[in-house]
Amino acid sequence: MRVGLFIPCYMDAFEPEVGIATLELLRRFDLDVTYPFDQTCCGQPMVNTGCHEEAAATEALFVRNFSGFDYVVAPSGSCTHQVREHMTAIPQTPDVVAVRARTYELVEFLHDVLKVDAFPWAEFPHRVSYHNNCNALRGIGHARPSELHAPFYSKPLDLLAKVKGLEVVELARPDECCGFGGTFCVFEPAVSAKMGHDKVRDHARAGAAYVVSADSSCMMHQRGSAERLGLPLKFIHIAQVLNGAAA
Amino acid sequence: MSHPQEPDRHRMIHPDLAVSDDEAPRSPDGHRLEHGAGTSRPLRPRSHEPQPRGARVHGHRPIDQNEAAARFIAAPEHEQMHDERLWDLRQKRDRQMRAIPEWEELREIASRIKQHTLSHLDTYLEQFEAAAKANGVHVHWAEDGAAHNRIVHAILRDHGARRLIKSKSMLTEECGFRHYMAASGIEVIETDLGERIQQLDDEDPSHIVVPAVHKLRADVADVFARKLGTDPDNDDVHYLAERQREATRPLILEADAGLTGGNFAVAETGSIVVCTNEGNADLSGNVPKLQIHSVGIEKIIPQVADLGIFVRLLSRSALGSPMTQYTSHFRGPRPGTEMHVVLVDNGRAARLGMEEFWTSLKCIRCGACMNTCPVYRRSGGLSYGATYSGPIGLILDPTFDKRKYSTLPFSSTLNGSCSNVCPVKINIHEQIFAWRKVLAEARELPLVKRAMMSAAGKVLSHPALYRTAIRTADSALKVLPRFVVYNPLNTWTQGREMPPVPKSTFHDWYAANHPAPAEDPTSPEAKP
Amino acid sequence: MSADDVVSPRDTILARIRANRPAGEHPRPDVPRFPVLHAGRPLEPDDYVGVFETNLKAMGGKPAPEDADDLAALVRRLFPKAGVVASRVPELAGDIDVAACRPQDLAGVDVAVVRAAFAIAETGSILLSEAELGVNALAYLAQHLLVLLDPADIVASTQDAYHRPEFKERRYAAFHTGPSATADIEGVLIHGAQGVRSLTVAMRPRA
Repeated sequence: MRVGLFIPCYMDAFEPEVGIATLELLRRFDLDVTYPFDQTCCGQPMVNTGCHEEAAATEALFVRNFSGFDYVVAPSGSCTHQVREHMTAIPQTPDVVAVRARTYELVEFLHDVLKVDAFPWAEFPHRVSYHNNCNALRGIGHARPSELHAPFYSKPLDLLAKVKGLEVVELARPDECCGFGGTFCVFEPAVSAKMGHDKVRDHARAGAAYVVSADSSCMMHQRGSAERLGLPLKFIHIAQVLNGAAA
Repeated sequence: MSHPQEPDRHRMIHPDLAVSDDEAPRSPDGHRLEHGAGTSRPLRPRSHEPQPRGARVHGHRPIDQNEAAARFIAAPEHEQMHDERLWDLRQKRDRQMRAIPEWEELREIASRIKQHTLSHLDTYLEQFEAAAKANGVHVHWAEDGAAHNRIVHAILRDHGARRLIKSKSMLTEECGFRHYMAASGIEVIETDLGERIQQLDDEDPSHIVVPAVHKLRADVADVFARKLGTDPDNDDVHYLAERQREATRPLILEADAGLTGGNFAVAETGSIVVCTNEGNADLSGNVPKLQIHSVGIEKIIPQVADLGIFVRLLSRSALGSPMTQYTSHFRGPRPGTEMHVVLVDNGRAARLGMEEFWTSLKCIRCGACMNTCPVYRRSGGLSYGATYSGPIGLILDPTFDKRKYSTLPFSSTLNGSCSNVCPVKINIHEQIFAWRKVLAEARELPLVKRAMMSAAGKVLSHPALYRTAIRTADSALKVLPRFVVYNPLNTWTQGREMPPVPKSTFHDWYAANHPAPAEDPTSPEAKP
Repeated sequence: MSADDVVSPRDTILARIRANRPAGEHPRPDVPRFPVLHAGRPLEPDDYVGVFETNLKAMGGKPAPEDADDLAALVRRLFPKAGVVASRVPELAGDIDVAACRPQDLAGVDVAVVRAAFAIAETGSILLSEAELGVNALAYLAQHLLVLLDPADIVASTQDAYHRPEFKERRYAAFHTGPSATADIEGVLIHGAQGVRSLTVAMRPRA
């Protein structure tokens, strides 16, 4: 199985260790993982601002980088959602359609494609609060959103349940957006920061030592919020926990 | 796996929200009232924080929602009460939803009935008109808000009416009805408590269902002291509501005409259906000799039986109660009185032709999207500077004025909660996303935003440029992802610390550790 | 609004609608009749009174005590300070002739006694129309409302209710689900915002 690894731009710049953990984790399952060297971004910053025209060349580059793989895996629900649902600024050639359909977020790739039933190397004896990125939750179906009347399920919590010692705490507002919102965090700073503050307070009140998420961008915003408030929260990507990070 | 997020978490009260003296809402005889739309939160001690006002409106210039939201957030007692109150309504809505196994099916049916009706709207409007006329109702058609106001004014003039009592109607807000009538010598009295508060304070409603939800009771005490002569130091809610009842009752009895909006107009019977909790629409429709109902043309539903779907969804979605206290069906005039219905277009027929946006006409004005919206809850409805605020406002307002409301679709994180709570399944967040594209193509984005996106698009599509940009801090200023943190607007540090900068990027690490494709990749030697 | 207008607003609006008809087929969906669940099973007629009263209470209404047989005694017991009592039921002689009143004349009524056309178990609602009220405003201008309900007149669901004939026959019909209420100020619940301050329902078969 040939897997193309997409490392989102935020992660490349600010969280390289998450990219490393993702690569290591995928290789534990005997996959042929390749990191195409000319990759940059999925185009989401431009597209979410309405500037599809400005995103077209970036989207085309993404498709050039990731054509021909059996799967494209990204440790980000948000970027995966962009590729799968919104990569429409370029003509929908068979290549483009194929890349979009084969792009998976890491959690769903482990849960739905590889159907991993154990992470014997993983142990994380901490109280953990899980943060659902909104695109992961409502865009690509990581879990049952609290607004819907449907049986509960959560792919990330299913995976975390296989990690020895890990305890999940409950939030008062389980899937409230943290306010990152891509360029929203720049153009609407007052509301974005307030939402970030409320989110990290919720984590702290729930008794979490760590916040775990499948999206680094939300965590970058939340970490900045927690530090500003002086809350002793630590942030770690689900790829690191599943790869056996000691903490 | 069990349901780790399911237990009844309404018992989990945030520690900083628990107040020592629990001034829980109680009836005058001391027992606690919690049903229907009532809050399940304890009351806080009286606040002396001045009420933040709404967006500054300058003609057709784009609304600065963030500026007004920042002022709302800078009034923490107002912001916190607002956020908690609306989140409480969202939780009440969730509890109602969980009690109905067919909930998602009801939403789907409601959505399809609306789509069916909207795509046959001409036929159903004609059917409605014929049925209403057969019942002795006068039916009027208004192309826009100005026409609506003129029609109502003419009806009132024909009857020599000087005083009009009305119940809450977003349509009349949309038409600027109160402002128009102020110049006509006809006195308009809002009879919904929240709407009356807003009228007396000369402010627009900030929420579709709870118009004064952004106000603390001390703000109401202040308004009533100025306008109704109540005791300015008494902010007891029972006292305030009772004084308002006493002040309004004579106005109701002496009114010459009554006006209501309409939640539904039934084509089969020509009926107007109005849902309220106070019974004020029933007073407006049943006390004066002249009754007028102003209804948007999209409020048509085909049959009476369809109400069995919509009424089940409306109040559960809006307030978390199984039904509004009053659900009233006006089908014809009382003996010796007149009943008029004004069917108003005001941009709706044009919206019907907008391929990506016509389904916004399904909206039944429940406000659930506002209650769940994390941006709305922190901003207050007046920050949008528009008739409709919150998620539904973001997609309706630009249809009225593309330039003035060009900024609103950006006041969203696109989190999608709004679409999930919508009882008629409007894909609200997808329409917000689609509006951004429309506005960008219409060159309605601020220049700085457009320039940033243009620069980002260039750099991100050229790997070499991107690699250079990301490595050097100074030239990276224009480029994502660093752009977010180190952008020229310098907004990140408003409330957030900067992320630590690692020694190298993932890309560089990979290059350093994978010099040749054949190398064993399983044990990377060095980490940044 | 002359019929001689060259293009009436009505025709303009209808023409706009026809020009902008959304693409695609949008057939009317089938609407099944959903059962109301009670304790995990569909509601049965024996449950109607109990479920109705539970839901009535949940919306701020009150079931009348069961032990009082005489309606006049019940009114005195529930409203000891009541001055003017207006009755629209043959079981009780009221103080005024409602049918002869203008709406405004009813502002002094303390207690109005009426019979519900029917009720809904699912929501605890009762329906009143001009047939029951005589003067519609009675149900809103009175301070308190006492409603007689025949247990045989309870339907299970809101959907069932909308298959009743009243909505096609009466000029005015309103569901009351508890008394007039508002939570417009900080969510504090108030009864008697504009309409009645209390709603009491007494189970009484029709005479």
